[in-house]
Amino acid sequence: MTPGRALGLALAALLAAGPFLPLGGMKEYGLHVMVQIFIWSFIGGAWSLMGRFRLVSLGHGAFLGLGAYATTLLWNSWGLTPWLGGVLAVLLTAVVAVIVAYPCSRFQVVGHYFALVTLAVGEVVRLLIIAERNWTGGSLGVSLRPAGRDSLVAMQFADKRVFYYAAFVLWLLGLWVWARVDRSMARSAMEAIGEDETAAASVGIHITRFKIGITVLSASLTAVGGVAYAQYISYVNPDTLAGIGVSLRIVFAVVLGGMYSLLGATVGTALTIALGEYLRIVFGLRFIGMAETIYGLLLIVFIIFLPSGIYGSLRDLVQRLRSAPARAEA
Amino acid sequence: MSLLELRGVTAGYGQFTALWDVSLSVAAGEAVAVVGPNGAGKTTLLRVISGLIAPRAGGLAFDGAALGGKPAYEIVAHGVAHVPEGRRIFPVLTVSDNLKMGAYLPAARRRFAESLERVYALFPVLAERRAQRAGSLSGGEQQMLAIGRALMSRPKLILLDEPSMGLAPVMVLRVFDLIRRIREEGYTILVVEQNVRQVLKLVDRAYLLEVGRIKMEGRAAELGEQDFVRKAYVGL
Repeated sequence: MTPGRALGLALAALLAAGPFLPLGGMKEYGLHVMVQIFIWSFIGGAWSLMGRFRLVSLGHGAFLGLGAYATTLLWNSWGLTPWLGGVLAVLLTAVVAVIVAYPCSRFQVVGHYFALVTLAVGEVVRLLIIAERNWTGGSLGVSLRPAGRDSLVAMQFADKRVFYYAAFVLWLLGLWVWARVDRSMARSAMEAIGEDETAAASVGIHITRFKIGITVLSASLTAVGGVAYAQYISYVNPDTLAGIGVSLRIVFAVVLGGMYSLLGATVGTALTIALGEYLRIVFGLRFIGMAETIYGLLLIVFIIFLPSGIYGSLRDLVQRLRSAPARAEA
Repeated sequence: MSLLELRGVTAGYGQFTALWDVSLSVAAGEAVAVVGPNGAGKTTLLRVISGLIAPRAGGLAFDGAALGGKPAYEIVAHGVAHVPEGRRIFPVLTVSDNLKMGAYLPAARRRFAESLERVYALFPVLAERRAQRAGSLSGGEQQMLAIGRALMSRPKLILLDEPSMGLAPVMVLRVFDLIRRIREEGYTILVVEQNVRQVLKLVDRAYLLEVGRIKMEGRAAELGEQDFVRKAYVGL
């Protein structure tokens, strides 16, 4: 067993035992932060499935919001279990993803233009939620109708540990999908498309199919993340689940951690959430906006000096250190 | 029986028509050039053949199959390899990964090892630099890589778009030399060039394309002798 794999297993074991560690009064809070990290890492990983191939989406909030709102509203209005509602929400999101991806791919909307299109999509979904306030609750958001007791059907539990494990499994699932894509032929095809579409077409790659495929996969997983988040927080709000704010938050976390590596999204998300929480506690109500300022400055510094992200750069460094002695022997 | 046959092809971009009623044929084993000044529609012609743009009218037959308007991935599968203008390699991928992408389609992937050996034998410099990023190669080496990548798909026809463009004079000669060697290996080639003098030495037949129409056609040697062509393009 390689040291890396052993470390990974040890970490996974620690995470699995998390809820049973004696953490005293901080336990509930710690669990809450961990659930957030799992869910947002999963969403970040979904985003990076596209981002790493230069399909930079600034509108993943749209997919997140569709997932979260569709399940919540189906449950509130018709009592449809989120298990089924979630499936419908993901299907709806997949359809929207095709509607966005097909014309973009067909008319070669790439790079900055693609980012702008997705940005608009995110805002459209947010504004639609606000405008349709009769059944979406508008900008005030909507609370999940309580089931009254712990219920698997309603996906509602009083104990945070249930959500902890659910989110943990979801996160692992996200890593598995990411690794599958990373090892597939689709990855080479998508990399080729990202570098040069004409060249990719000239070696026989079906560009439209791959672009739509990866967009649908990324959007659907993001919608799953939205469902999970809505069930956990049991409240949905257009500003936290759709539109530019949350879309950029996903992007920043992944860019910070590194979008080309398996754990990049997780490292980035964990750091941004931890940093956000820390700054919130340190500054509290003094210097309103200071936390956001520091957060923003750190992001700029990282993006300029560590373009492959914190995790990506660390991994590169380790690889270089490891190969250096090997070269010296040769 | 010709391998590639174009009949009355008209094509363009949006409102603009770049090719008018172009007919052309390439027989198996033949090397054919399309020459002409800037903006004559040479690149458009190759893009139509490889399916990067759909013709508005006319027919395109390749190896007995009607391929007009078919998408690029289907045409590549039929055995047409396009080396696009400006080389268009994948700059961040390594040399060997670029070649691997050339054998992307399943039929080519099965014979990957064999194709790779042939390409490395043709272009030893690519074998030396296999682990380098393609973007770090010189212009001439990038052109070799682009041609090598096309060969990886085991094509029946290779389309070369301005292989000498942007290369140093020494490199131009080397690239033409390499194309000659590929020719000798039995590949069928359709090449588009502005460097008329060099390319006419290389091919069997040539077409002269001007403002989207075929103006002249003939054996390469005869065409080179025409006063009009010599004055206008060969510069003699």
